[in-house]
Amino acid sequence: MSLAELETASPTSALAEPAIIEMDNVDKEFVLGGAFLNQTFLKALSGVSLRLTRGRALALVGESGSGKSTCARMLARVYEPTNGSIRFHGEDITSFHGDRMQQYRSQVQMVFQDPFGSLNPTQSIGYHLERPLRLHRPDLRGKAAIKAEMLHLLEGVGLRPAADYLTRRPHELSGGQRQRVAIARALSVRPQVLLADEPTSMLDVSVRLGILNLLEDLKRERNLAALYITHDIATARYFAEDAAVMYAGHVVEQGPSTSITDNPSHPYTQLLIESVPNPMRKVTTGNKRRAADIPLWTRDSRGCPFVSRCPRATAICKENMPAPVAVGPGHIARCHHL
Amino acid sequence: MSSDRALLEVRNLTVDYVGEHSIARAVNGIDFDIREGEAFGLAGESGCGKSTVAFALARLTRLPGLVSGGEVRLNGENVLKFDKARLKAYRWNEVSFVFQSAMNALNPVIPVAEQITDVIETHNPGLGADGARARAEELFELVGIPPARLDDFSHQFSGGMRQRICIAIALALNPRLIIMDEPTTALDVVVQRDIIEQIVDLKAKLGFSVLFITHDLGLMIEFCDRIGIMYSGELVEVAPSEAILTNALHPYTRALGNSFPPLTGPRLRMEGIPGSPPDLRSLPQGCRFAPRCPRAMDICRVENPELRLYPEHRSQAACHLLN
Repeated sequence: MSLAELETASPTSALAEPAIIEMDNVDKEFVLGGAFLNQTFLKALSGVSLRLTRGRALALVGESGSGKSTCARMLARVYEPTNGSIRFHGEDITSFHGDRMQQYRSQVQMVFQDPFGSLNPTQSIGYHLERPLRLHRPDLRGKAAIKAEMLHLLEGVGLRPAADYLTRRPHELSGGQRQRVAIARALSVRPQVLLADEPTSMLDVSVRLGILNLLEDLKRERNLAALYITHDIATARYFAEDAAVMYAGHVVEQGPSTSITDNPSHPYTQLLIESVPNPMRKVTTGNKRRAADIPLWTRDSRGCPFVSRCPRATAICKENMPAPVAVGPGHIARCHHL
Repeated sequence: MSSDRALLEVRNLTVDYVGEHSIARAVNGIDFDIREGEAFGLAGESGCGKSTVAFALARLTRLPGLVSGGEVRLNGENVLKFDKARLKAYRWNEVSFVFQSAMNALNPVIPVAEQITDVIETHNPGLGADGARARAEELFELVGIPPARLDDFSHQFSGGMRQRICIAIALALNPRLIIMDEPTTALDVVVQRDIIEQIVDLKAKLGFSVLFITHDLGLMIEFCDRIGIMYSGELVEVAPSEAILTNALHPYTRALGNSFPPLTGPRLRMEGIPGSPPDLRSLPQGCRFAPRCPRAMDICRVENPELRLYPEHRSQAACHLLN
């Protein structure tokens, strides 16, 4: 599914706004095994097209192994695409080298899931902020200017009084506070794009909303484009204006997040939403089991990846992956039976 | 179905963690009942003491943890006073466990069959090896895994199947209570839904009670009959699960309920619970929630309210606002 196809299917979508960064029909294959000439390839992403625009968040939703984190890593240029292109303000990112690449790295920043693993336990909070400022912010001259910026960043993420935090080490902070430090570090280089990979899933329920609200405020104040990766469709809807549902490396449904949760159209999205805990009902007995492993998608796989679990599946579903169909304003789904 | 008869009565249960220089009271004299056939939930933030309670009920508390007071009564017997022989009969025959880390609960170098028959043979030596094997096959059928896979190793199963195997092991001796500590937390939502529905099916069929611990209040309300909300080592509310969202008496319960974004309705900003729970080694005077409570009064900072029954709501709560 290319961006052009997406636009034809849903012309009124947010997709039509100019993008900061876009993935156009990207495939990513990893070698699974086999000898030199008959290797087998795992297709981690198949024809993924996404667009991040200023001041908006896009949530990637799906179960473990669906390709969400692979998308973020490709945008951060940890992996190179096998096919398709990733463009930053219209330029292909695989053409970036040297200074341009360093510049790109500061413009696209990541926040990781585990705030216990992403900070160096032997260094102070000040150190974590000072390094990126020295490397990426030549406009800050002298120690005083750097310190002032560090305090400003800590205050910006709600760690007050900021001066108290500079000398502390990660083990002295709670998970939520550490995640705030990780966000301050990402912001220190003034990025345009923030890639947040499950930023709240290791935090306690009571602090999750605080972190999402902080990201929301920063996204607005700094006009950031955000990619929010989560398996929790309720927080996706809470934080992100747009959402894309992934299954076995394919985007199966994409559009405004409220439209997706109110009117889920792909059978997989419907299954996901039906499975989310809902305090307004009681668990009933005698239901059929619905879970199954995500199929291993290889270079030779064909058809719709959801076919083995799909109640609507017919012969055509085994043959080819359906094209995107508009199911609402800016909302597309890829299913033969819509 | 749940009856009003109590299976397990917890009275004034107190658990301390003893440090070199200080003692942290992780569970401070709590009272609750788990009724026959009931699913009772314990919810609260990390560190509120919910898992510590579960460990104490199972007599699994180890140093630096110390059960320093109270009673856990099963048919009038105090579980906390059981000797070794009685404890062996209590564990697994009467109370069994399913833990969060299904990934690590099974031994990776022994086929799962042995791990099930081991439990059965230890607690029921009369059955013999063939009897134990037959029971293991029966248990696999019960949780929906083909018995042909009994001789596989744990890494050959998916996360959801491993958790089902743990449930099968917990069911091996037909216990009357299963303690489930975050049994679905590490699983994807669709798998979680299957597991929880399976537990409901098995519970309806076999009639055991469940002590269910999770941080996911939505899931807990869906599954449990009654819920106890813990804060900083104390029970602040015990209520029928449907009352937790619609008619919460304690401000903490309400705040916890407002920490989960809904899947429907307008996208509104929610605030969660500002601040963090107190350090157990230096507790505030009065109500432990008062420093974070939006409606705290003068008395809240002086006197810690007791858990009281409000019969018109069928709920118990510990809050000065209700008096």
